[in-house]
Formats: sequence, C-alpha cells, structure tokens
Amino acid sequence: MRTEGCGGVCTDGRPAVRGARILAVLLALGAAPLAAHAQAHAHAHAQVTVMAPPAASASARPGVVVYAGLAEAVAAAAPGSTIRIAAGTYRGPTVEVRTPGLSIIGEGWPTLDGEGQRELLVVRADDVTVRGLRFVNTGVSHMQDRAALRVIESARCRILENRFRDALFAIYLQKSSGCEVRGNEIIGASRDETSNGNGIHLWYSPHTRVLDNRIRGQRDGIYFEFSRGSEARGNRSEGNRRYGLHFMFSDSCRYERNTFRANGAGVAVMYSKGVTMVGNGFLDAKGSAAYGLLLKEITDGALTGNRFAGNSTGLYLEGASRLSIADNDFVENGWAVRLMADAEDSRFVGNLFRGNGFDVATNSRTLRSSFDGNWWDAYRGYDLDRDGAGDVPHRPVRLFALVVEKHPEALILLRAPVSAVLDGAERVFPVLTPALADPRPLMRAPR
Amino acid sequence: MNALVLVLRAGVRDLARNRWLLAYAIVLGAIAESLFFFGGTGNQVLLSLLNATLLLVPLVALVFGTMHVYASREFVELLLAQPLPRRAVFAGLYLGLALPLAAAFVVGLGVPLALHAASSDAPWRALWYLACAGVLLTAAFAGIAMAIALRTDDRLRGMAVALGAWFVLTIGYDAAVLALVSAFGDWPLERPLLGLMLGNPVDVARVLVLTALDAAALLGYTGALFRRAFGTALGPVLAIAALMLWAVVPYLFARRRFLRRDF
Repeated sequence: MRTEGCGGVCTDGRPAVRGARILAVLLALGAAPLAAHAQAHAHAHAQVTVMAPPAASASARPGVVVYAGLAEAVAAAAPGSTIRIAAGTYRGPTVEVRTPGLSIIGEGWPTLDGEGQRELLVVRADDVTVRGLRFVNTGVSHMQDRAALRVIESARCRILENRFRDALFAIYLQKSSGCEVRGNEIIGASRDETSNGNGIHLWYSPHTRVLDNRIRGQRDGIYFEFSRGSEARGNRSEGNRRYGLHFMFSDSCRYERNTFRANGAGVAVMYSKGVTMVGNGFLDAKGSAAYGLLLKEITDGALTGNRFAGNSTGLYLEGASRLSIADNDFVENGWAVRLMADAEDSRFVGNLFRGNGFDVATNSRTLRSSFDGNWWDAYRGYDLDRDGAGDVPHRPVRLFALVVEKHPEALILLRAPVSAVLDGAERVFPVLTPALADPRPLMRAPR
Repeated sequence: MNALVLVLRAGVRDLARNRWLLAYAIVLGAIAESLFFFGGTGNQVLLSLLNATLLLVPLVALVFGTMHVYASREFVELLLAQPLPRRAVFAGLYLGLALPLAAAFVVGLGVPLALHAASSDAPWRALWYLACAGVLLTAAFAGIAMAIALRTDDRLRGMAVALGAWFVLTIGYDAAVLALVSAFGDWPLERPLLGLMLGNPVDVARVLVLTALDAAALLGYTGALFRRAFGTALGPVLAIAALMLWAVVPYLFARRRFLRRDF
C-alpha cells in the first residue's frame, strides 16, 4: 500500500513484543531529526508516508517519516497528510486528532489497546478518516461514556472498516455532522445493561450515514438521538443486550436492508417524524418486553417490505399516527401487530400474516387504523367473483386475543380447541371483537 | 411374564387385522399428506397436526379402547380360566391395545413427514415433541378407556362415558379453566394455572408442543414462572414427566379394577 501525493508524516506506536521494543529504541535514535525535517517540509512536499515499527527500511524511503509513537505522529502531522500505522500493539495515552483532513490508516490490523483504562482515539477535527484499525479493551467506566473512538464536533469524518473488541462504547459521534461510518465490525463483551455501552452511538449528529456495519454484544447496537436526516443501510445488529437499534428524536431518517436479530428488547423507534424503514429484518426478539419493532410517538412514517419473524411482539404501535405499513411479512410471531388505542390513521396494505399466535391485538374496541387488502392465513372466506379479494371481510382480532389482553394468564390456553370454539362463536355472532376488519382480504399470498 | 407375552401377542395379532386401526393410520396420514399437498409450510402443517393429535388421538383411543375391551370379554374370561397370573393378563391386554394404537399413530404421521422431510423446513424439535405427546396420550387414553370399560358392563353406557370423558378432557376442562381465569383474573393465577394444566393430559401435550412451536408468544407473558417454564428446558421436561405419569396412573386404576373384578 503506497500513497503518492499526500503530505508526509509517519508514526509508530510502542510495540508490545520484546523484539519490537528494541526496534523502537533504534527508531528513537534515528527518527527525531527526520521528524523535525518532515515537519518543516510537510506542507511543501507531496510525500509518501509509511511508518514503524518495522521501519528501518521504510525510513530510508524518501518522504517517509517514522515516529516512535502514534501520538507524536498525529501531533506532528500537517493538515491533509496520511498516517500509516504498521501492525503491532499500541498502548499509550488517548490519542487526540486536532489536525483537519488527516487519514489514519492501519496496515495489517494494528491494535490500539486501552488496557481497560481509557478511550483510544478522539477526533476533534473535520474531514478525518480512520480506517483499518483494531480498537480493544477500553474497560468499563460508570463515570463516563468511555468510547474506543470518539468524534467531537467535527464534520465529514469517515470511519471505515475498523474492528472493535470489548469496548464500552465503540464509535461515539457527538455534535458531528455528515459523517460516514461504514463496514466496521463491533463485538462487545456482552456485559449486562448497566456496565455496557452502545456500538454506534450518535448524539446530535445529523446527516450521518451508517452503512454495512456488524454489531453484537453491546448494550444498544445502533443508537440515534437528535440526529436528523441520517440513514442506516445494510447493518447487522444482533445479540445486543438491549436494543438492536434505539432511536429517538431523529426526524427524517431512513433505514434500509438492516437486520436486527435476537436483541434483548428488539428495536425501539420513538418521538420522531418522517421515518422510513424499507426491507429490514426484525427477527427473534423474544420476551415480555421485547418487540421486533416498537414505534412510540411516530408520525408520518412508512414501513415497507420489512420482515417480522419469530418475535414475541412483531410490531407494537403506541401513539403512532399517519403511518403507511405496506407489503411487510409478519411470520410466526407471538403477536404480529399490537395496536394501542392511541394509534391513529395508520394504513395496513398488502401485508402478509402467517403462523402468528395472534395477528392483531388491541386494548380498545374503537380503532382508527385501517386494514385493506392484506393476506391472512386465518381467513376462511371465499371469492365468488374471482377478483382476488375475499367477498367476506376478515376480522383479524380474535375473541381469544381480547381475553388474553384482559387476562394474560389465559395465554396458556393458546391453540387449545376451546380457543378455536370461542373464535368460531365470535365469527357467527360478532359482538365483542372490535369493528376492525379487512374488507378485501387477499385470497393468494402476495409473496 | 410368559403369560404377558402370550396375551400381548394375541392382542396385537387381533388388532393388526382390525380395519379400524388401519383406517386410523390412513386418516392421520391423509391429513398430514393433504396439509403438505395444499402448500403448507412446516409450521402450519405442524399446527394442524397438533390439533388433529389433540382431538383425534384421545377420541380414537377412548372409543376404540372401550370397544376392544368389550369385544375381548370372552377371550379374557377364557384366559382367566387358565392358571395365568391376573396382573400379567392385564398387562398383556393393555399393551395389546396401546402398542398397536401408538404404532398406528407413529406410522400415520411418520410416513408423510418422512416423505416431505427433505423438501420442508420442518421444525424438528416441535415434531419430536408432537410424536412424544401423541404416543404418551395414546398410552394415557388407552388406560382411561380400559378403566371405563371395566367399570360398566353395559356397552352403550360405557361408550357414552368414554365420549363424555373425551369431551370433558378436550374442551370442557379448558372452558372451565377459561371461566376460572375470567372470574379470578385479579388474583395471581400463574401457579394454579400451571397446576391445572398438569391435571389434564391433553393440556400437557398441547403445552409441550407449544414450548417448541410458540415460544415467542409464551415468552410474551410477564410472569416469572411462565418464563422459567417456557424459556428453559424445565417446561418440556416437566411436561414429558407429567405425560408419563398420565400414562401410568389410569393404567394402575384400570388394573386395580381388573384384579378385584369378578368376571
């Protein structure tokens, strides 16, 4: 890997292994004058920069300056230069980047080790790129949100293809806008909620793109707060202790093709307007307080083509209004959709309901959401005029579901013949279940 | 022991020629096969099979069992005239009824499932539980049938009692539980409910399959006891143990009746 035409500075860390430590001494002798030289001329010359430890040969190359420590290299680097970090383990105080336009690039997965004590890298400058580094072991702090990589009040940072292990918080963006966080792999220590932090944490960081990351074992996989206009695509967030995605006060955000699986409490999206979710998978969130997707105080959003499978509750709507919920698959959930009474004016169109314990449950007899043209495996009607839609409306709220809503213990009678008898009676004399009905249930599964 | 094998062999040979038993296996097989044929996915087929098992297995075991006991009355009298121990005769009679019934169940469900095993994404754990539940239910209801038939000499009455028992255990019991839940909904019912479920073999069988099939829904309930029962291996283990007990207890009841009875 060589880069032509960038301002040159080089770096090294303090290597862990003994052989490398000897090397570091040699470098300390040789590198100081070179460093001074590079600082003087960095902005004047376009240079290639490589770095130590194995830099006895590298230092001989023109334009390459070798440093004995990452912190020194970052401090010395001119704006816009590239710092290449060689393989090895670097243990030092937290490195602060204050120079705009720096690219910090690891070669052969150099490891920044916090030794359970500290944050590893803090960026306080615009246009900084961090790529190919391994961040490990920040340790747990109950006093601060300790993050392996923190970006503070900086614009357009790019955090690409790094690896994080045992970090309290892995990537923490605060008051930074227009950043890109792509292709990182974050594996937390899966500690319990109180001594665990979030994988990718955005706080007041608008217009951030979070793409193709993999996160597991953190508290919340991805956390957005006050970060409007951001988007998350192609991420995989699974096995986190609390939420796969936790999202608040962030308007006009977009989620596409993410997979959230087996997270302790599923996914929660709250207090936001204009959220769009397309083609995501909300899977295997099991537990009494676990939701494939919990929507609370959400208005004017759209859920299209998502898959909800194997959750205790697939989709939970509370105080959500004017949502368009179309072409989603609800498969083998305990409750596919739970609509609270204050969910208004949402439209369910073209969704598929198959193998759920309950398709729709609600705590109210009057519902102001509508269902039209969905496919229900429980539908028993017919289609005499052959227009593809059943001639008899389908009432998705079962009487037994109402009983369970009122007396949760009755759940133990799920799939018992008597619950079918109840539903059959209700079908013949519909008096108790809400007027909620799908007037044109599909005869054939849309997918 | 010899007497047991003798009676068992006679019973099995008798039942193997029985057309009703064959019909039972074929009906079960046809249900399973048609479910696959009409495009069911693994879980849907399993659900329907669960319903078929919960309703059909007790019904067939009860009706067929009482009929069988009445039909073999003369054979039993003949056996008892021989120097054979009564316990062995009874064991042979019971196994001669329960084993062919269980075999018909396993074959009836097993053949279509084996045929579709490769093509379907079958939930194997739930299927395994379903097979356990079906066999143990057969054992339990064969015992209940014998107890009923040995209690009354009147065939019609015996049959009526058997049908009544079927209705009570499959629907009436749960309806009563549901009424209880509605009446005492404000009280902590978790523990009594689990106890009540163990008190009916049909419910135990259903809950056993649910732990594999509907864990997502069951775990949605907030109670700690349900959580422990359905979130861990405790639930299935407890259910299988209870079903085994349910297979043994009616057997002992019927045997007591058989030993004391004056034929």
